[in-house]
Amino acid sequence: MTAEPRAAADRRTFIPLDPSLAPPGTRAFRDAGGIPADQWHADQNGETLVPTHCCFCGVQCGMYLRVDRGGKVFGVEPRNHDINRMRLCPKGINAYQQVNHPDRLTAPLMRCSRDEEFREVSWEEALDFTVAEVKRIQQTYGNDAFGLLGGASLFSEKTYLVGKFARVALKSRHVDYNGRLCMVSAAGANKLAFGIDRAGNPFSDILLTDCLLIAGSNVGECFPVMTQYVWGARDRGASLIVVDPRETAIARTADIHVALKPGTDSAFFTSVLNVVIAEGLTDENFLAAHTTGWEEVKAKAAEYPPSRSAKICGIPAEQIVQVARTFARAPKAMAWHARGIEHHSQGVENCLSVISLCAATGHIGKPGAGYGTLTGQGNGQGGREHGQKSDLLPGGRSIMNEEHRRQICEIWGIEESELPPAGTSMMEMVWQMQRREIRGLIGICNNPFVSLPNYRVVKEGYDATEFHAQFDFFLSETAANAHVVFPVTTWAEDEGVMANAEARVVKHNKAQDPPPGVRTDTWVMCELARRLGAGDKFDFPDSRAVFDELRIASAGTVNDYYGITYERLEETGGIAWPCPSTDHPGTPRLFEDGRTYHPDGRIHLQVVEWHPPMDPYDDEHPMSLTTGRTVAHFLSGNQTRRLGALVEQTPRPWAEIHPSHGFRNGEPVRIVTRRGSEVFPALVTEAIRPDTVFVPYHWPVPTAANALTIDALDPRSKIPEYKVCACRIEHADRIDEVPAPPVAPGHVAYPETQVSRTDPLPPTSPQGRGTSERS
Amino acid sequence: MMGRTIFIDPGRCIGCQACVSACRECDSHRGKSMIHLDYTDEGHSVASLPTVCMHCEDPVAPCAEVCPADAILVTADGVVQQADTTRCIGCANCVNACPFGVPKIDLGAKLQLKCNLCYDRTAYGLAPMCATVCPTGALFYGTVEELQAERPGVQVADTFVFGETEVRTGVAMVVPAEKVRWPVPGGLPVVEINGKDVRR
Ligand code: SF4
Ligand code: SF4
Repeated sequence: MTAEPRAAADRRTFIPLDPSLAPPGTRAFRDAGGIPADQWHADQNGETLVPTHCCFCGVQCGMYLRVDRGGKVFGVEPRNHDINRMRLCPKGINAYQQVNHPDRLTAPLMRCSRDEEFREVSWEEALDFTVAEVKRIQQTYGNDAFGLLGGASLFSEKTYLVGKFARVALKSRHVDYNGRLCMVSAAGANKLAFGIDRAGNPFSDILLTDCLLIAGSNVGECFPVMTQYVWGARDRGASLIVVDPRETAIARTADIHVALKPGTDSAFFTSVLNVVIAEGLTDENFLAAHTTGWEEVKAKAAEYPPSRSAKICGIPAEQIVQVARTFARAPKAMAWHARGIEHHSQGVENCLSVISLCAATGHIGKPGAGYGTLTGQGNGQGGREHGQKSDLLPGGRSIMNEEHRRQICEIWGIEESELPPAGTSMMEMVWQMQRREIRGLIGICNNPFVSLPNYRVVKEGYDATEFHAQFDFFLSETAANAHVVFPVTTWAEDEGVMANAEARVVKHNKAQDPPPGVRTDTWVMCELARRLGAGDKFDFPDSRAVFDELRIASAGTVNDYYGITYERLEETGGIAWPCPSTDHPGTPRLFEDGRTYHPDGRIHLQVVEWHPPMDPYDDEHPMSLTTGRTVAHFLSGNQTRRLGALVEQTPRPWAEIHPSHGFRNGEPVRIVTRRGSEVFPALVTEAIRPDTVFVPYHWPVPTAANALTIDALDPRSKIPEYKVCACRIEHADRIDEVPAPPVAPGHVAYPETQVSRTDPLPPTSPQGRGTSERS
Repeated sequence: MMGRTIFIDPGRCIGCQACVSACRECDSHRGKSMIHLDYTDEGHSVASLPTVCMHCEDPVAPCAEVCPADAILVTADGVVQQADTTRCIGCANCVNACPFGVPKIDLGAKLQLKCNLCYDRTAYGLAPMCATVCPTGALFYGTVEELQAERPGVQVADTFVFGETEVRTGVAMVVPAEKVRWPVPGGLPVVEINGKDVRR
């Protein structure tokens, strides 16, 4: 409100732009780009802006958290960081609301059996009980009967600790993490082909390309801030090819949208390669100088003429030819992919077929030419680099490699005989829990009850454990199954690093003190380790101490972090690894010298054979069910399903169905697979293939997509086949409501009383579902 | 057209509603969003289009024209302000007058609310919150020259036609190059009235 009296007659009355007339709460900024990092502690209104990054997806947008005089986070302000240049998606804008959310766990919860209610206990009691249970289980059934499941939303320091804790404190081989559900197929393919597990190019290279191929990635919803790079490339005339069974916001504007049948990606890409070869569009000089295995790959591609793949993929053969010509003839072309091609029982093959295409056309290792994978979780990239994955040791070392084992044992100060061998993957661990081979489990920052496929198996596995502890800041569906829940910090209450989808390491800063009763994951792990008798190996007062050990543990490896320090990260806005020394600028783009990280410096091309998805179609299950994300929610929804604006935007899941099936919009439909059935409101749209139905997966039963998906795994990456299973659609009577989650304070919903001619109409477009469901 | 203003490019919009969330976070309307998102081709495509206040220039803001309490004021640089709380009587005339469907009334508070181009931010050289965060640049804040430097060849229009009435706005739309000579149809696809080509 402004205070000045104004002349009533003149509608053009001038309101002077005087700061004193700005509304209460208004802040002045030193410059349009925000406040320089070194001055962020000193805002004139007593408000502090703490530079940090979004806690959610692998883009890792820079943001400021607004902190009030009392030291509490109360808002967000865009930050002019290289990655996002002030832009944020709705998740990023609302993320701060979880920091002081009333649902935060603030005291350890404990119960002796699952029949009891939780009671709040002291840290002492919760830790003692946990350690006693670990010891009991390990003494009775052996060390490997106790497992640890980490998460890729943790800072890299913490993921390093998870790996070390499992092997040194628990002395168990069974450790894995939820990044196993994320981009491990791409990781596996990159490792096989290039000897390094990361994207080849920075996001900024997208602006330099002439042809952008996006495969299995709903960029607009899953990595919204990436879209600015896609549109930027378009502004400069790049052509856009999108491979996706749905017409997403990005596909809508593509030059070529290949709406292939889920589970047929490698048949498509191998066929594109077939055309590239047939039309003489290969870069023979590049292939001869930089690859191995080309002859075999070429021979295999000959078996996939467009006529054959067109049938497999359910697309016109001409599209395959068009894609081949557009991609291969472009002076510079790039391929980015995400879970759409990775979440398959042939996920690694799918990624390898994309790599073969890039290599055959010579589009690798140049500005504007290369490949990349978009990580779903904030630290999907960094989360596996330092030993949280069952087969990896810090620095991406292999736990099977004698030399690597020796190096790590030296750093950790243990005997090589004490270091357990490789364990199994996350889904396999759940199967082992079902078979009672794993009897006890600690879960850190993950929610498998929503995020793993085939919910009934997951529930059975967890229910079969004798002891289950979970670290979380909200009581997730999985934590609700535990015996002990440790209340831990959010990303805003600790410092640490994450590596985004470009392998750029960025630093998150602490914006507020944790609420009383809440401890950092680092503290809890170190405390447990101490009580398990490994205290001397876990003497880490804070994240920085862990990071310094991590740097040393990664030195000399492919994933070299040695030259990255907190100070450098604060100065630079992020450094891409490998970064071997403190004066090394980092490596935003790989292979510029033409060499890969294999000893021979070449790209090892791999033969790929397409095979049908694991869940066969039959008369009862003729359609494909595919799953994915929506822009308002993040992964298992444990965080975003509690934030008012995001709940309002997308309150519940839906089933996206083509009009040819005769369902009405909003009508309840039952999706039936061999694992079960769930009812969703239909969202009838032409933006999906007639033989495919899409359901977003962020919700628990009774509206859980993952009650329907199959727990088949890729044999190499062990990623579950979320993106395709056989199903049918039936009419249903009603939709079981999921109880509405609580909403963060400070969030004021749209006033009920509001009158406007433009109140949102009932939605029928996929993007409109949020507003649709508001009653 | 104003110097620095918002340009709306529906071709880029991904319907993410970051603008809606951001508007709720901005200090001048904390908790309430003044943007809405329309779905233009529902059931067929995911196409979406954000609407902010268009800050009409000619005729001077219809909402302000019809306000019996003179509560809606326009700044010298063309920003149509939300209703002055000391004057607004909550009659909703502005809601009915606005050809873009922008103003809203909080019935409880008997108060009109609308986008004021984040004057609390623009006064300090910052972009409005929606255009700052929009991940795609579907909402762009700056001058037309800045827009064209970033997006070579982009064409904009700032005139809308509603039947016989033309409205020139402070906020502009990105339009296909071949359409730029014509006003953008606002709401109805009116091309001709009584034999007269209203597109001119
Ligand atoms: S969720 Fe991803 S795109 Fe959205 S603000 Fe966070 S990091 Fe950026
Ligand atoms: S933030 Fe931008 S892209 Fe997202 S809905 Fe708003 S205008 Fe569209």
